[in-house]
Amino acid sequence: MSSSTDFVLAVEDLTVSFDGFKAIDNLNLYIDKNELRVIIGPNGAGKTTLLDMICGKTRATSGSIKFKDEEMTTLPEYTRVRRGIGRKFQTPSIYENLSVFQNLEVSFPSGRSVLGAIFFKCTDEVKDRVSAVALEIGLSALLQTEAGLLSHGQKQWLEIGMLLMQEPELLMLDEPIAGMSVRERELTAELLKRICQNRSVIVIEHDMEFVKKIAHKVTVMHQGKILAEGSMDTVQSNPAVIDVYLGH
Amino acid sequence: MKSLQTFLKQPGVLSIAILAVVLLVVFPAIFDNFRLNLIGKYLTYAFVAIGLVVLWGWGGVLSLGQGVFFGLGGYCMAMFLKLEASDPITTKIQSTPGIPDFMDWNQITALPIWWQPFNSLTFSLIAVVAVPSILAFIVSYAMFKRRVGGVYFAIITQAVALILTTLIIGLQGYTGGVNGMTDLKTIHGWDTRTDEAKIILYYACAGMLLLFVVIGTFIQRSKFGTLLLAMRDKEDRVRFSGYDVSMFKVAAFCLAAAVSGVGGAFFALQVGFMSPSFVGIVPSIELVILAAVGGRLSLVGAVYGALIVNASKTIFSESFPDLWLFLMAALFIGVTMAFPLGLAGLFESHVKPWWVRNSAERHKIRARLKELENSPDEAPTLEEQNATVSAMAVPADGPDSLVMRRSSV
Repeated sequence: MSSSTDFVLAVEDLTVSFDGFKAIDNLNLYIDKNELRVIIGPNGAGKTTLLDMICGKTRATSGSIKFKDEEMTTLPEYTRVRRGIGRKFQTPSIYENLSVFQNLEVSFPSGRSVLGAIFFKCTDEVKDRVSAVALEIGLSALLQTEAGLLSHGQKQWLEIGMLLMQEPELLMLDEPIAGMSVRERELTAELLKRICQNRSVIVIEHDMEFVKKIAHKVTVMHQGKILAEGSMDTVQSNPAVIDVYLGH
Repeated sequence: MKSLQTFLKQPGVLSIAILAVVLLVVFPAIFDNFRLNLIGKYLTYAFVAIGLVVLWGWGGVLSLGQGVFFGLGGYCMAMFLKLEASDPITTKIQSTPGIPDFMDWNQITALPIWWQPFNSLTFSLIAVVAVPSILAFIVSYAMFKRRVGGVYFAIITQAVALILTTLIIGLQGYTGGVNGMTDLKTIHGWDTRTDEAKIILYYACAGMLLLFVVIGTFIQRSKFGTLLLAMRDKEDRVRFSGYDVSMFKVAAFCLAAAVSGVGGAFFALQVGFMSPSFVGIVPSIELVILAAVGGRLSLVGAVYGALIVNASKTIFSESFPDLWLFLMAALFIGVTMAFPLGLAGLFESHVKPWWVRNSAERHKIRARLKELENSPDEAPTLEEQNATVSAMAVPADGPDSLVMRRSSV
């Protein structure tokens, strides 16, 4: 049906309709290796729905999603994760009753079957990986803290850390800096720049300053379709984009 | 000695040790045979209660049909015992000797094919675990793969309980109907009705229960246990961390069913009969209440819950035959209203901190007394007194406080 590609992610002719309303309408999107792509657009443009469909939370009505040249649309969520797609949700989604260490440990990609989990051993390899990730997200000192006691920004970082534990090749972040302070935003921008070194990242964001700081390429969505795509400057000077999103 | 102390200080170990002493030493010492057998019966319900701790307390999946699995385990055991009790010599007055009496009453003239394997003790013992597990797998796989959960799942389990009860009663010729299977006497020729046999069965039942509590504790500390808690809080996060959430729920459900089946088998052995009155909706809900009163997060708590609720049931019904149902209701409502996490939750939030505080104080006083003994004529200075007071005020929160909190959430 669709062509084979060199892209990490190739979304082609993707459509989903909820009772006739097309939240995603014949959409095409290609993500390169090691690219950091930012998706912007007004509320209701279908940005979150698009991520939901790539990770399997929402099923496509038609079209194809290829990850590393493998069709994803029919696979269950956990298989897509195991292939290398990681997804961060809009509101911090962490295990509040577990410690930071346990949150990261549980996200380590082994012992994922029932028996595997019962006999899973927290080896030195796991511990090293947890401390490496904790260092990356700046929570080294808080490993034994209950995750529910972290600040909002720290929770966001913890969830990013949980994804890093899985070493995904494609990382999708839904508004990672929402509700963060100025300083936390700066730290997050640096973190994102570091972690996209050897993987592709898709970020949904509204904060234009932040987008400018991190984006390689920007995609603007509107009413389930792609309105414009390109560098930040091209997109910002596009009259259609100014009209529907950025404002005059 | 030192290693024993550190072993006991691990969270959970001491409480299991105390439970073992209570069940294996204290109860046999203070109760006569009749009461001990009664406690043995209560303990068979405790099997179901600890299964519910895993399933409901940790996994957040409420089942209102655990009586089904208790009953299936019990029936598998009872079928073997019934066949042994129905040898051709004892049943020679029947029109077809050698088959269970209720079959004869229902004009059945040959042992049905699916009864045949229950002539074997090995098969029956495997069936005690396998039959409940297989049914649990079918029901839960169908439901959880379709993401049916919460109240809807609870209602489905009730439907299963109702269906099974109706089936057992309807197939009177094959199951003994409403009366169930009675007159169970021997297992491999060993009479289970003597006083001595009842004591041995009590120990076997208590020992098996303790073994399951230990296995449960192991599971709680494994990644599986952590994942159950994680799923209860943020199911989607677990799913998008690469886990097949439905299979973990299925596993927890099958585990709870298997444990309940073993409880049912011990019930049939100790009480000497099995009937549909332990399968239906009402007994299933009573089993949930055991876990709720004892504390749905604590394996050990669930065992005490089973003992306390059933003992109160016996005591109330003996002393207040007219009022006992109201008293039971008051106990359930009172406990669940006042302590949502049951008696174990009460212990964690009130008794334990009080004990830790007290022992820290005792420790201080003892140290101070020793000091005074060594220098008898020296009165304590003001600073020293202050130091003692402030040391007492420090909350004694051990390094395992996080573990404690995790298990009590």
